[in-house]
Amino acid sequence: MNPYLPVLVTFAAAFAVIGMFLFFCHAFGPKQTSKIKSDPFECGNPPSGPAHDRFAVRFYIVAMLFLLFDIEVVFLYPWAILFRDLGGLGIAEMSFFLVLLVGGLAYVWWRGALEWE
Amino acid sequence: MDVTGLLIVVGKVLFITFVVLNFGAIMTWAERKQAALIQDRIGPNRINIGGFKLLGLIQPIADGIKMIMKEDFIPAGAHKLYHTLAPAIAMFPALVGLAVIPFGPSFDAGGRHIDLQVANLDVGILFVLAVSSLGVYGIALAGWASNNKYSLLGTVRATAQMISYEIPMGLSIIGIVMTYGTLELNKIVDLQGEYFRLGGIGVLPKWGIFYQPLGFILLFTALIAETKRTPFDLPEGESELVAGYNVEYSGMKWGMFFLGEFASIVVVSALIATLYLGGWQVPYVHLTALPVLPRILLGLISFFGKVVVLCFLQLLIRWTLPRFRYDQLMDLGWKRLLPLAIVNVPITAVWLWVLGGFKLG
Repeated sequence: MNPYLPVLVTFAAAFAVIGMFLFFCHAFGPKQTSKIKSDPFECGNPPSGPAHDRFAVRFYIVAMLFLLFDIEVVFLYPWAILFRDLGGLGIAEMSFFLVLLVGGLAYVWWRGALEWE
Repeated sequence: MDVTGLLIVVGKVLFITFVVLNFGAIMTWAERKQAALIQDRIGPNRINIGGFKLLGLIQPIADGIKMIMKEDFIPAGAHKLYHTLAPAIAMFPALVGLAVIPFGPSFDAGGRHIDLQVANLDVGILFVLAVSSLGVYGIALAGWASNNKYSLLGTVRATAQMISYEIPMGLSIIGIVMTYGTLELNKIVDLQGEYFRLGGIGVLPKWGIFYQPLGFILLFTALIAETKRTPFDLPEGESELVAGYNVEYSGMKWGMFFLGEFASIVVVSALIATLYLGGWQVPYVHLTALPVLPRILLGLISFFGKVVVLCFLQLLIRWTLPRFRYDQLMDLGWKRLLPLAIVNVPITAVWLWVLGGFKLG
């Protein structure tokens, strides 16, 4: 039996539970829409400005940094499993890789991309 | 077509789904009761069925009924499909995450070898990491689909928080992978049954926390931040942005976010118990030498006992610490946890080299 078959069954169970919750949501509640209820919530003020407004570019930078460091982590995983077989040379090479990335983090830190989040 | 095998799998899946949903519901009760006791009050005590109060354990059922009976409300201008899909995606990782976690020792029954683990994948931990990363999509979609600029701001901050803490999470798990040399969770738990020996006597079980104390703290912190629990609960902080990305949700959809969060407390506890605290192993007791029934019972009690203790610890942390400011939160993720997690990798390498008697390869 394929080891991923139980994963499929788990997904099916999760979908069933979620479907059940969404169905309950839809079937059991009252449905009384009104104009005021449908307005976006702004603590009582009438909504001002577009809903999909601009936000700070810092978040985009955080996302890019996350991407880079996540790829680093992805490269670390195969090395971590074969770590004992690769011996001292493996540790040296991976340390060099980590030093490069720590250098990148230090540069980003120095340039202030991690400030005032 | 192996019908008995398939039935066993379905049985295990139903068991873990049942566990996640029930623990999630009980966690809502436990949170309120524990918060109350910490704050020197009583907590929910009005709810009763025919006069039996049961310490307020019926409260989650009452809450569930209330949430179901509320209106399924989609604000004007919101994208209907995404608004409905977002809580589903947010709840999905909590329901699926337990699929690769071994909750008991394996045993032989009726000629079959049965593992108390739903899916014995060869990529073990990576499955949990992958699935928990899907939670970010649910949050991102929730804020975008709500057609509310404050909801969008809350989402963007929540997403930035979640992805910032995913890197220390991945790096801490690398320490464990290096220590035990495998990604498969059942092998990691089996290896935690051995002992550090001092003069031939087993002194300390080879649990992850003894190999990786720094990694334990890093992973625990990163997972609490990932599940957006206090002190990292700025995205849903009650005094900021009202309810953040949740603000346009009501009824069962909000309940799904809420239940998903509490279920993910359980998944986080299960993951930490498996990686660092020995999973279903009982220290100094050789479980695989016992007959089947005591073995399963002891293993299950051990595992769920550890899960309950870790859940209690997370609730305790929530009701003790004040919330971080957003810049403090991002500082912690990028400037403190990330460098520590990166440094953890070569330190672990050297530590294992020394422990292995200066031999590698």
